[in-house]
Amino acid sequence: MRYEAPKTTKEAATFLKKEKGAAFILAGGTDLLVKMKLGLSEPDLVVDIKKIPAMNAISHSATGSKIGGAVSGAELGEHKGLCKTWPGVVEATNLIGSDQIQSRATMVGNLCNASPAADSVPAMIAAGAKAIVVGSTKRRTVPIEKIVTGPGQTSLADDEVIEAITLPKRGKKAGDAYLRFIPRTEMDIAVVSAGVNLTLERGVVKTARICLGAVAPTAILVPAAAKAIIGTKLDDEALEKLAAACSAACNPIDDKRGTIEYRVRVAGVLAKRAAKIAFQRAGGV
Amino acid sequence: MGNDTSYTDQKFEQVGRRVRRPDGVDKVTGRAKYGADAYAPGQLVGLILRSPHAHARIKKIDISKAEKLPGVKAVVTCEDLPDLTGGNRGMMDILENCMARGRALYDGHAVAAVAAVDKTIAKQALKLIKVTYEKLPHVTDVDEAMEADAPVVQDFVFTSGVEPKPTKPSNVSGISQFGHGDVDAGFAEADVIVEKSYKTEQTHQGYIEPHACLANMSSDGSGELWVTTQGHFVFRNVCSTLLGIDIAKLKVTASEIGGGFGGKTHVWMEPVALVLSRKANRPVKLVMTRDEVFKASGPTCSTSIDVKIGAKKDGTITAASASLRYQNGAFPANWGMIGAMTAYACYDLKNVKTVGYDVLVNRPKVAAYRAPSAPMAAFGVESTMDLMAGKLGMDPVEFRIKNAAKEGTRASYGPVYGPIGIGPTLEAVKKHPHMRAKLKKNQGRGMACGFWFNFGGQTCTDLNIGIDGTVSLTVGTIDVGGSRASLSLIAAEELGIDYEQVKASVADTASLGHNDMTEGSRGTFSSGMATIFAARNAVEVMKGRAAKMWDIPVEDVVWENGGAKATGKAHSNLPPLTLKEIAAKSPQTGGPIAGHNETVADNAGVSFASHICDVEVDPETGSTRVIRYTVIQDAGKAIHPDYVEGQFQGGAAQGIGWALNEEYIYGKDGTLQNPGFLDYRIPVCSDLPFIDTEILEIPNPNHPYGVRGVGETSIVPPLAAIGNAVSNAVGVRLNHIPMSPPRILKALDEQAGG
Repeated sequence: MRYEAPKTTKEAATFLKKEKGAAFILAGGTDLLVKMKLGLSEPDLVVDIKKIPAMNAISHSATGSKIGGAVSGAELGEHKGLCKTWPGVVEATNLIGSDQIQSRATMVGNLCNASPAADSVPAMIAAGAKAIVVGSTKRRTVPIEKIVTGPGQTSLADDEVIEAITLPKRGKKAGDAYLRFIPRTEMDIAVVSAGVNLTLERGVVKTARICLGAVAPTAILVPAAAKAIIGTKLDDEALEKLAAACSAACNPIDDKRGTIEYRVRVAGVLAKRAAKIAFQRAGGV
Repeated sequence: MGNDTSYTDQKFEQVGRRVRRPDGVDKVTGRAKYGADAYAPGQLVGLILRSPHAHARIKKIDISKAEKLPGVKAVVTCEDLPDLTGGNRGMMDILENCMARGRALYDGHAVAAVAAVDKTIAKQALKLIKVTYEKLPHVTDVDEAMEADAPVVQDFVFTSGVEPKPTKPSNVSGISQFGHGDVDAGFAEADVIVEKSYKTEQTHQGYIEPHACLANMSSDGSGELWVTTQGHFVFRNVCSTLLGIDIAKLKVTASEIGGGFGGKTHVWMEPVALVLSRKANRPVKLVMTRDEVFKASGPTCSTSIDVKIGAKKDGTITAASASLRYQNGAFPANWGMIGAMTAYACYDLKNVKTVGYDVLVNRPKVAAYRAPSAPMAAFGVESTMDLMAGKLGMDPVEFRIKNAAKEGTRASYGPVYGPIGIGPTLEAVKKHPHMRAKLKKNQGRGMACGFWFNFGGQTCTDLNIGIDGTVSLTVGTIDVGGSRASLSLIAAEELGIDYEQVKASVADTASLGHNDMTEGSRGTFSSGMATIFAARNAVEVMKGRAAKMWDIPVEDVVWENGGAKATGKAHSNLPPLTLKEIAAKSPQTGGPIAGHNETVADNAGVSFASHICDVEVDPETGSTRVIRYTVIQDAGKAIHPDYVEGQFQGGAAQGIGWALNEEYIYGKDGTLQNPGFLDYRIPVCSDLPFIDTEILEIPNPNHPYGVRGVGETSIVPPLAAIGNAVSNAVGVRLNHIPMSPPRILKALDEQAGG
């Protein structure tokens, strides 16, 4: 096994392009190292992206915020600006694993691991986040919901690396939230999850994006759920419609973590609860 | 004089202190050596190849390629573990569980093993072993395994306990019946009868330290084994028998133990390590992965239980019965029998009958797990007791008090009780402030009782007094719960010295006579008893030495306040001699001073507990949190109260995990779906409330200090206490453990729907 620690993203992409065997990107390593220990992954090449300056930065511009691919969950949680503008995204990322895991784990790693139950992903999709994808020859910007194509599968080419995540600029009357259901209080994987992002105008929901996790092969945006609350003050009727739309959008499996019946039902419950938090954060009453 | 085991009321100086444990500093600084921490020059890495199938015929194992891989020093299969058991089927079962013999009986059953110079090569070697399997039909559910057309797990098993003896093998290895009186007449007398069926899923002890050992067989036929175990003497005897080694030639040293809870009372892989070492002529270290721990060691039974209780309107139980079906994994055992013994042990019943069924399935061999078999039986009985109290309109505590067993009660499993703690724990529940605390919406309170037999057994202890007057206490029972501190307190008490002057350690098998396992909550009870007698033995020696130093008859010497005192007017001018002074002169008065005792500690006092628990249920997700928990248990005498409380809390914590989320999940193919701590959901710290404790002390009449074992009973009541609390919180009664969120939500839906 070869280990490389390039200084630029393009260099990282070039290493990946040249490798004929199994190549893996190492950010926090909280998925890769576990798989290697369990014998599920036997890389020929590991490309460590933590030495790339662009990967470690959090920056802001007129269009929004940019979070580097190697920024850990702990760093994100300590960033006051992001905690204020995108609390749902930060909370979702901070739910992953333990304190020890948080000091290593990254949002981009969580995204590229491509688990249907990844916590940060529904929150990012609801937020309208995009990925800056760098290949050996070109760069592109891709909405997060286009990255994961199935369990363990992404749309990234073999030579592509996600350098950063962008979050759009935030207006005043806006809020987001993420909730997951786990049987324990922590150290667990989502059985169902829901991310909600909305904006208000004169106390009424103007825009909304709702995304569910762990109820389909990938996290799913549910436009019908958004439609159910747009134009409302999130009254009980709107919330019931939201829940029904979410449950209807689920396509889960029965497994060791939960049943189909349970996931479908609780997806609606969590979406309602997350919508209420987002609404409150946006200043809704 | 001497070894009188009867209880004497006395004022203690040392016993009852909350002193620091002797192994504490090493454990918190990482210096303590556990199973995987041993090293021997030239040691190899051992790995085991395991069956991916629930049940399969092993047609061929080709090890030729693995043997040729450079760096591989030994490859073994069952051919290297010939049958030396002389027809002892129980020993054969242990051997067959260590290594499959022609058939893989469960997912994870060992089929071959390698020893290589490093882990990478050992892993490669495992991949090079080619096993040809022929898959066979399997069964993993206890009720399905009892059906007539179920695949037969072991064809040598004919149901015992039935007449006439069956002519065909089946998965029911034994049927056992307990009770007295006439239950039919009792039920006919009842005003109200409640009948209900329950299921509990299989759980693992979840000890944080995986099984690990270092085996070192010499070419002269002797050997050494370093191992994490609850009973190194028993491991020595079993390994010696299975491998044809003289008992005296196999020295077993027990490491510090990172949790056992019964799971480390069984030999799982140690003979394989020894045989790899013998074949390679090198030391071999074998450490299980967590996946292996789940698949091939330790779990307790899953069960299916029917309970029927009849009572008069005034709350008197007229009859009680239960049918208890326990799966034992792929090898016969008597866990169902034990369940049938414990089910009604808390109550004074005129007519009672329990029938235990022991059933084989294609799952790992079931091991003891903290009061093994009792929690499931208590779940059925204590849930039904609450249902009955509800039907009678009685307070559940009053209903239990009315029917509680007491001194003189004939237990449902046979014996007549001496002084016992069930009544007092129930009275303490009634008085506890927890019972009067206010509950909020979706919160509920439940309580339940539990029983465990406790055990004594063979014990051998040495006590040596150093030249400086400090005391080495050498015991043979593994310290799983702070027993070295407790036993040091006992030695200090007997000698009349301070705790800090005593250092206890656990000896290897070459240094002491046989000791049974640390099981059945026997550590402090039995080694405590042997320590008392060893200390009294040393006191007699020291009295003799003092007599010699004074040149007076030994009859004129007594032992008081940690020293010898001359009695009688003739010696009134002699100042007392301290233990330290006597020790300092020992080279001149007859040599080293030692005390010794070997015993079979009988009459371990039975143990009872009552638990109170508050839960909050989220009716939209079925999520349940335990928000307050109180354990009240009889300890006989709490030698070291911290560790008694620790046992109470630990058992409750494990019971809470079992009740709410822990379970073995098998796929349709009979393979285990969740062999890891991510999906086998043991509670994390934030899942648990502070677990409050109250120690009652009703002395065991058969121990000089009144000690009863305290380690196990605390896991018995939680399943039912939580079930009763959930029922009181949201009005649904869960009859299936664990009460996981999907099960609770489903029950709530069914209730709402009709």
